[in-house]
Amino acid sequence: MTLLSVDNLSVRFDTNDGQVSAVNGISFDIDRGQSLAIVGESGSGKSQSVFALMGLLARNGRATGRAVLKGKDILNLPARDLQHIRAEQIAMIFQDPMTSLNPYMRVSDQMAEVLMHHKGMSKSDAVASAIRMLDAVRIPEAAKRIHMYPHEFSGGMRQRVMIAMSLLCEPDLLIADEPTTALDVTVQDQIMTLLKSLQAEFNMAMILITHDLGVVADSCDDMLVLYGGQVMEQGKTVDLFSNPSHPYTMGLLSAVPRLDQKTDRLVAIPGNPPNMMSAPSGCPFSPRCDHATDLCRSSVPPLVAMGERLRACHYEKGAVS
Amino acid sequence: MTKPLLSVANLSVTFDIPRRGAMPWTPKDALRAVDSVSFDLRPGETLGIVGESGCGKSTLARAILRLLPSHGGTVMWLGQDLLRMGKADLHTARRDIQMVFQDPLASLDPRMTVGQIVAEPLITHYPNMTRAERDAKVHAVLERVGILRNMVNRYPHEFSGGQCQRIGIARALVMEPKLIVCDEPVSALDVSIQAQVINLLMDLQNEMGLSLIFIAHDLSVVKHISDHVMVLYLGNMVEMAASDALYANPRHPYTQALIASVPVPDPNYVKPAVDAKLAGDLPSPLSPPSGCVFRTRCKYATDLCATEKPKPQDAGDGNLVACHHWRDL
Repeated sequence: MTLLSVDNLSVRFDTNDGQVSAVNGISFDIDRGQSLAIVGESGSGKSQSVFALMGLLARNGRATGRAVLKGKDILNLPARDLQHIRAEQIAMIFQDPMTSLNPYMRVSDQMAEVLMHHKGMSKSDAVASAIRMLDAVRIPEAAKRIHMYPHEFSGGMRQRVMIAMSLLCEPDLLIADEPTTALDVTVQDQIMTLLKSLQAEFNMAMILITHDLGVVADSCDDMLVLYGGQVMEQGKTVDLFSNPSHPYTMGLLSAVPRLDQKTDRLVAIPGNPPNMMSAPSGCPFSPRCDHATDLCRSSVPPLVAMGERLRACHYEKGAVS
Repeated sequence: MTKPLLSVANLSVTFDIPRRGAMPWTPKDALRAVDSVSFDLRPGETLGIVGESGCGKSTLARAILRLLPSHGGTVMWLGQDLLRMGKADLHTARRDIQMVFQDPLASLDPRMTVGQIVAEPLITHYPNMTRAERDAKVHAVLERVGILRNMVNRYPHEFSGGQCQRIGIARALVMEPKLIVCDEPVSALDVSIQAQVINLLMDLQNEMGLSLIFIAHDLSVVKHISDHVMVLYLGNMVEMAASDALYANPRHPYTQALIASVPVPDPNYVKPAVDAKLAGDLPSPLSPPSGCVFRTRCKYATDLCATEKPKPQDAGDGNLVACHHWRDL
């Protein structure tokens, strides 16, 4: 049985200027031990799609569709039921480790709180477990450092604390929302290596949200490319990287300079990311796509299976290169 | 070889940090943010500066422009020392040196229109210029960076991040400078926009013969745009080389580690068997290690590294390495 099966998930926000569709019908399955990357630029809806799963949408947001976790639909559950899913079954780590830890609380108190709340442990047992978890994320001298405040840790160490905290209740699914964006490359590398080994150790599923294609290639089995709230292309990472077929995926791959290759000129995607307040009719990528036709501008291309992958583009595969 | 446009020698920047709970009269701790950095920049060239956060990249750039006081060293600009120049001379020299900042929106005054923002350097440096001349220049430069004429009267918040960065570039360009210092100009932008801005900077450089100092933490971007790259670690230059040579054949263990840490966007990429990666964090710049600053994270460190600070040595092809053991690695 799949661990989490998301079907036709959409997220809409009611604003003073009318309804905004942040996510339009994304679907994916993920199982224990698997990892899925959700790739997109700012405003593509990558964070909102997982916020919907966790019940973290802003008050004016509504999620529709289904998200079945171990046989139970978790979308739009009341807060009381969500409490048992958050941390215990799905845990999340955020981009900025400084703003997601409480600066007024010692790390020991913040971590113990999770276990006392969810597992009903005593404070001393909870702190002991927290220390074991800090050891697991390779924080040196964990027993001593657990009594420090977040500002006494470096950025990379804070992110380790976040990871340790998310793993305390041994969740089935870990969602990492841009976990390394605020970190230096050397630290990013340490954190990604750590996440991969912990994922194997705890046999978790992992959803990684990122805009960094290098990180995706290195650590995820499957990937899903979002643009303007819609899935552009979805499939195995190896397949999509070696043979991208959607103009946006191709554009993304050629827009980043590479260390191991020499490029004379980057192939930039013209234009700007879409403003979701006034989303274009038709394919969201059509205003920036070199191959766009009248059909692309008027009708949204359906997500069609093509071999092992899914792709939403009016062009036949191979017609675009 | 052409004469360097900018020649920086032994530039150091020290910050005074008051000790915790100290009385006002107790001596302050000195934090060496930049330690004896030297380099030459020739007309039309790009120097990339890379390093982890806190290594002194931005401080170095700001010290060159005298936006920060420096402690020792010289910054020769067309034969004159910027650090010892009088106010009036500095004002004139700064016409030719402009800067582009990291946060595109925060570096534009929210209460000025785009036209006013781009015209401001002209008003400051050429107060006698007529309004018509000024407007013509502003429109021309905005058009060059891809901001349409009908957007001139808009305010910065009406633009996207990429467009704001173009406006920041236009503001630097309107002075027709010889050198633009770019401090992380693309790190706040999405990848597709990042490529646009990099292409724009490279095109402008070709058209106008600009020199660039390009600061970034993204090694792939720096490699793409730079002729020479300087790697900084805790305020010290550890390696400087021609861009291709640096990436093809990094000599300093820190450079090797940095390059090995960059994720390659290719799932079939096989990692090299030699593990050059780094463990641990950057030491506190308030109490840097003795000798070589990198020795605490370096697996090749010996007793010599703890006692003697390595001087930058010529590795044979004009590339500089500051390591005692680079020959053995």
